[in-house]
Amino acid sequence: MKVLMRGNEAMAEAAIRAGCRCYFCYPITPQGELVEYMARHLPRHGGVFLQAESEVAAINMVYGASAAGVRTMTSSSSPGISLKMEGISYLAGARLPAVIINVMRAGPGLGNIAPAQGDYFQATKGGGHGDYRLIVLAPSTVQEAAELVMLAFDLSDRYRVPAMILADGMLGQMMEPVELPAPIPPEKIPPKPWALTGAKGRAPNVASSFDLDPYRFREILRALWQTYREIEKNEVRWEEYETEDAELVLVAYGTMGRICRTVVRQARKEGLPVGLFRPITLWPFPYEPLRKLAERVPVLLTVELSSGQMWEDVRLSVEGRAKTPFYGELGGVVPTPQEILSEVKKYVR
Amino acid sequence: MEIGVIFAGFGGQGILLAGKVLARAAMERGFEVTWLPSYGPEMRGGTANCTVVIADEPVGSPIVDSPAVLVAMNEPSLERFAPRVSPGGAIVVNSSLVSQRKERADVKMVFIPMNEIAQELGEPRCANMVALGATAKILGLFPLEAVIAAMEEELGARGREKLLKINRKALQRGYTLVS
Repeated sequence: MKVLMRGNEAMAEAAIRAGCRCYFCYPITPQGELVEYMARHLPRHGGVFLQAESEVAAINMVYGASAAGVRTMTSSSSPGISLKMEGISYLAGARLPAVIINVMRAGPGLGNIAPAQGDYFQATKGGGHGDYRLIVLAPSTVQEAAELVMLAFDLSDRYRVPAMILADGMLGQMMEPVELPAPIPPEKIPPKPWALTGAKGRAPNVASSFDLDPYRFREILRALWQTYREIEKNEVRWEEYETEDAELVLVAYGTMGRICRTVVRQARKEGLPVGLFRPITLWPFPYEPLRKLAERVPVLLTVELSSGQMWEDVRLSVEGRAKTPFYGELGGVVPTPQEILSEVKKYVR
Repeated sequence: MEIGVIFAGFGGQGILLAGKVLARAAMERGFEVTWLPSYGPEMRGGTANCTVVIADEPVGSPIVDSPAVLVAMNEPSLERFAPRVSPGGAIVVNSSLVSQRKERADVKMVFIPMNEIAQELGEPRCANMVALGATAKILGLFPLEAVIAAMEEELGARGREKLLKINRKALQRGYTLVS
């Protein structure tokens, strides 16, 4: 049965259905409905909803819950995510799974509450300190947002790498019909033998990112590195739309991805051979599929709500095989399909 | 088929709710639909608007360049959005708060004194449902019953029977006022 839900609400409900039982937050627009939804519904499922005294506190509570083996999540919007970055680095270092939702708004600084995609670098290239990666998933519809939240919990547990949902204010605020994924029964969640559950009858487990011996720490990071290569091999996800005969392919993710779908439809109506390549995992980025596309499509036009962040990964994929122009909007302004179509027409007619 | 509707007015006029009810009605009738609100400070006394897109294939952009229908519940809304309405489209104007004038010659202009009608029905806050009734008639995508059912579902938890009754009447009034 389809229900009409906001992106924020659908992500919250999906987290509960994925078995999230500890949620820690500090409120910020435009993800307020996510907090409200969790406050209302999570306790009914026997979970803990806790509004912390700060973002820093919230992410460290996530660390604690995750170390205890619970599926746990936090959510915020851009400036709040910046505050959580130290904790996220510690989660990555201690190999603790967690889901972090970033409903992006315009920055830098306090910026404003309008939708933007300026946190791509922060999500995919570090953000926190040290040599780590996050699994980064970018939904473009409310339906996909719900599904990717479920997936984020599974992937994060499987690889013991924190996962981030990179959404934005538009996706968080808009309502769309959604077919909610079935809840995962608790017994279906794989056990976590590494969790800190009391060391009775076994050697103690430790959740830490601290090791003063460089050689020992190197081994930990080598194992982590190995995991990242595995994720890159197994988990790359993307969507192609009308790319078969395209002479120009738009490359866009999240909200921009869905808007570009409309652009493709309008372009096709006018007889222009335009397609869409939409990365769903921003890390691991779909370098290889995009490279293959660049071998037969002369123009890959990247469209982002930023001054060009994913654009760098597009150019890394293409390596000069095709033209890679960029079109972006700034400050929380969302371009209309017409504006993007005008840009498209500079390259194909 | 992809139809955009913009509801706009003061915060507090029930703009977002009217859009939500339309979106729900469309969903129940099997259409693809998106509802996108203006959010943030507008909600407290400023202007509010929301965009509903109804389509028969998955909706791409929830933002609409040229809506087929604009519901302008106050003067600033009419000024801001009227130029964007697609030729051949329609503008539903709350003539209680907006002077009657031919803003656009190439669209159907419908003037309805929504505040007076709402007052008459005994609930000043149901002006939004008068507007929605008119919109449903203009769209012609589904019968008024679909909208009434969606309204009842939307208000279900918080709607007392008396309130539902008034809202039903408001929807009907709006619907019948469009020729």
